[in-house]
Amino acid sequence: MEYVIMFIAAIFVNNVVLSRFLGICPFLGVSKKVSTATGMGMAVTFVLTIATIVTFAIQKCLLDPYGLGYLQTISFILVIASLVQMLEIILKKVSPSLYGALGVFLPLITTNCCVLGVAIDVIMKDYTLLQGIVYAIGTAIGFALALIVFAAIREQMELVNIPKGVRGVAIVMITAGLLSLAFMGFSGVDNGLNAVFAN
Amino acid sequence: MNKYFEYITNGLIKENPTFVLLLGMCPTLATTSSAINGLSMGLATCFVLICANLVVSLIKNITPEKVHIPVYIAVIATFVTVLQLILKAYLPEIDKALGLFIPLIVVNCIILGRAEAFACKNNALASICDGIGIGLGFTFALTALGLLREFFGAGTAFGLTIYPENYASLLFILPPGAFITLGFLIAAVNKVRGVSEQ
Repeated sequence: MEYVIMFIAAIFVNNVVLSRFLGICPFLGVSKKVSTATGMGMAVTFVLTIATIVTFAIQKCLLDPYGLGYLQTISFILVIASLVQMLEIILKKVSPSLYGALGVFLPLITTNCCVLGVAIDVIMKDYTLLQGIVYAIGTAIGFALALIVFAAIREQMELVNIPKGVRGVAIVMITAGLLSLAFMGFSGVDNGLNAVFAN
Repeated sequence: MNKYFEYITNGLIKENPTFVLLLGMCPTLATTSSAINGLSMGLATCFVLICANLVVSLIKNITPEKVHIPVYIAVIATFVTVLQLILKAYLPEIDKALGLFIPLIVVNCIILGRAEAFACKNNALASICDGIGIGLGFTFALTALGLLREFFGAGTAFGLTIYPENYASLLFILPPGAFITLGFLIAAVNKVRGVSEQ
C-alpha cells in the first residue's frame, strides 16, 4: 500500500512540473500539440526509469564504498548523457517503430532537469531501489500528464483572441500558473490516504 | 575596452537570459520564493557561468569537434561540484535553501548555451565579460521575481516587513504564483522593449 500512495503522491500531489518546477523547458517547448507531447512524455518515462536504476547502482556500488560522494553530480550527468545516446542506438536497432515515435525527443532529454533531479532526489531521500523505481515511474507519469493536459489547453488557445500585451510566452506562463493552481487541489491527498490505511 | 563593456550590458538588457532568451526556467521559478533566495541562486549560477566560459574559451582549440558537448558538460559539472563543496562548507543556510537546485545548475541551459554560442568562438577576456553580463542579467531577473513574490506573498522585501502579513496573498509564494508573476513580468518587459510578438 505504501508504494501505491507514493505513486499517487508523485503523480498528483508533488507533480514534478507544476509544483516542483523540474523539466520546465520541455514543458514549455514541446507542448504545442497533443501528439508531440505524448511522444515526449513516453520518452521521458522510459529514460527516467532506466536512468534512476543505473544511477542508483552507481551510487551504491561505486561512489559510496569508495567515498567518492563528491563525484555524484559529474558522474550522474555523464551517465545520463551516455545512457540517452545508447538508448537511441539500441532502439534504432531493436524497435524501429518505437524509435520513430520517440526519436526526435531522445536527445532533448539529456538537458531535461527532471531526469538528473529525480536521480539525485532518490539518493538524497535515501530510498530503496524498489521505492526509487516507483518514485521515478510516478514522477515520469506526472510529467507526461502535465505535458499532455497543457498541450490540450494550448491547442484550444490557438482559437482565442488573446490581448496583444500578453501574447506569446506571457500567456503560456499564466496558463501554466492556473493549471498549477488546479493541481494544488490535490495537496494533502497523500497524507489523507496514509491516515486512512494506518487505521 | 568599449567592446568588452558592450558584452556585459548585452547580457544585462538586450539578451537577458530570463526575460528575452527564456532560458533556465526551472531555477527561475523554483528558487524565487524570496528575494534572498533568488539573489543567491543568481550569484551561484553566475559563478559557474563565468568559470565555465573561461575554461571553454581556453580549451576551444584542443577540443575535438565530435565530443565537444560531453567535454563542456564535464567542465560545467566540475565547477558545479566546486560550488557545492564551497557552499556546504561556508554558507550552509544557502545550501539548504536551494537544495536540489545547486546540482541542477549542471543542466541549466544558459550555461551550456553560452559555452556553445559564445565562449567557443571568442577569447578568454571576452568570454569572462559575456559570463559576467549574462550571469548578472540572470541574477537581476531572479532577484526581481523573488522580490515581487516576497512582497505580494509575505509583505516583506529582503526579509524586512513592509506591511502586515495578514494582508498578503500566500498564493504568490506557492508554485502557481511563480508562473503567474513571471508571466506578467515577461509581458511588462515586452511592453517596455516595444516588442509585439507574432
